[in-house]
Amino acid sequence: MSVTVHEQHHPWPLRIAHWTQALAILIMIGSGWRIYNSVPIFPFRFPETFTLGGTIKHTLSHSNDPGVANAIAWHFAGMWLLGAAFLLYLLYGLLSGHFRRDLLPVGPKSFVRDFVAAATFRLPHTLGVYNAVQRAFYWGVVLSVTMMIASGLAIWKPVQFGWLTALFGGFQGARLVHFLFMSALVGFLVVHLALVALVPKTLVSMITGHVRETMQAPAE
Amino acid sequence: MTDFDPALRTALAKRQLLRGGLSLGALTFLTGCDVSDNEAVQRALHAISRWNDRVQAALFNPNRLAPEFDDRLAHYPFRYNAWYPEEKSPKLDVSTYRLALGGKIANKTPWTVEELHDLPQVTQITRHVCVEGWSMIGMWSGTPLRTFLERVGADTSRRYVGFECADGYYESLDMPSALHPQTLMAFQLANRPLPPRHGFPFKIRVATKLGFKNPKWITAIYVTDRNPSGFWPDRGYNWFSGS
Repeated sequence: MSVTVHEQHHPWPLRIAHWTQALAILIMIGSGWRIYNSVPIFPFRFPETFTLGGTIKHTLSHSNDPGVANAIAWHFAGMWLLGAAFLLYLLYGLLSGHFRRDLLPVGPKSFVRDFVAAATFRLPHTLGVYNAVQRAFYWGVVLSVTMMIASGLAIWKPVQFGWLTALFGGFQGARLVHFLFMSALVGFLVVHLALVALVPKTLVSMITGHVRETMQAPAE
Repeated sequence: MTDFDPALRTALAKRQLLRGGLSLGALTFLTGCDVSDNEAVQRALHAISRWNDRVQAALFNPNRLAPEFDDRLAHYPFRYNAWYPEEKSPKLDVSTYRLALGGKIANKTPWTVEELHDLPQVTQITRHVCVEGWSMIGMWSGTPLRTFLERVGADTSRRYVGFECADGYYESLDMPSALHPQTLMAFQLANRPLPPRHGFPFKIRVATKLGFKNPKWITAIYVTDRNPSGFWPDRGYNWFSGS
């Protein structure tokens, strides 16, 4: 019998960046959904329970407003939290070598190989090692948050950052891009949470910073 | 700011900020804890909103113009928007209307509609953006507020310009936004006299602010150092709300 030990380390700056971003993204999605509901882009609204801004009946009777004021206040508070946490994550990832060491390379070949393996449930999970699909997902999140911030600035300041709004095809174009990357982040969240539920040890390491697992392999 | 029961309005207290059940929605749902009506949360959000006012004032470039559009893109008729239905909007009488001036203004003589219409006018085709997300391009013609303020001897070294409206609405602008070249006393929409439902005899068109910072049916303009706030800012919306 040979024994293999897999370990996962999450240094504290990474954990702070992770949990702060998680909180910020929940605030941004919850309040964003309430704002979206006041003038939907598509023919549907998000259920009030999942939005942030107060009970509509209550806010209407108090301030003649369906909680959009609250939602916007949350949104423009959450943006600072998200911006700070995202910046911390990027700086840490670049300076510590985390991006280079753990999230690169991610070529199309390895992605297809790991994706097929994952789709047929033949991709083993190794603590501390990110497969190509995971790597691609994390880069997708980095891209999505970047696009959310860029399109958000274009919506917030279509005059001061007029060039940015123009890049998104105008104000309504920026709104649409903001919605699409929100959808991408929600999609990621669903998959991310499902996988954490499958491999709960990853949650432990994101809280305590360290987890190890001992695998017993049959003797050769 | 869609149309809600106007009767509710009378029950409203002024300066009411971020009240109204901050039940934390998604967060509440996930954590099971209820922060509704948490005074500390409301105070924190309000403090951050005041901080955002300062950030926006710093970001505001008084020389940067809002994009202008081709006149074929200008909408007419234009979307009506208030917290009460269109038929309840004020219908001001040309013969009795007077624009009152107050605060740090040298010549406070009230203005008639005729006198206002004799002022020099410019035209802009800009995008009106509502805080709720809809937007519409319109063609507005009128007198730059700056021209008017200079003509009546307003002290433009003061911090704010306040507006009062015939429907009880009130709003205010920081002085740099009030002096911006695209901030107009708009007398016309799409080359027609401003329709009663859009604020006759004039509205303040601010191309660098959200829609609710564009008050209609103006009855008084005043200059002050004390922030007059606004109808929606007193209901939790960010005061600066610059674009």
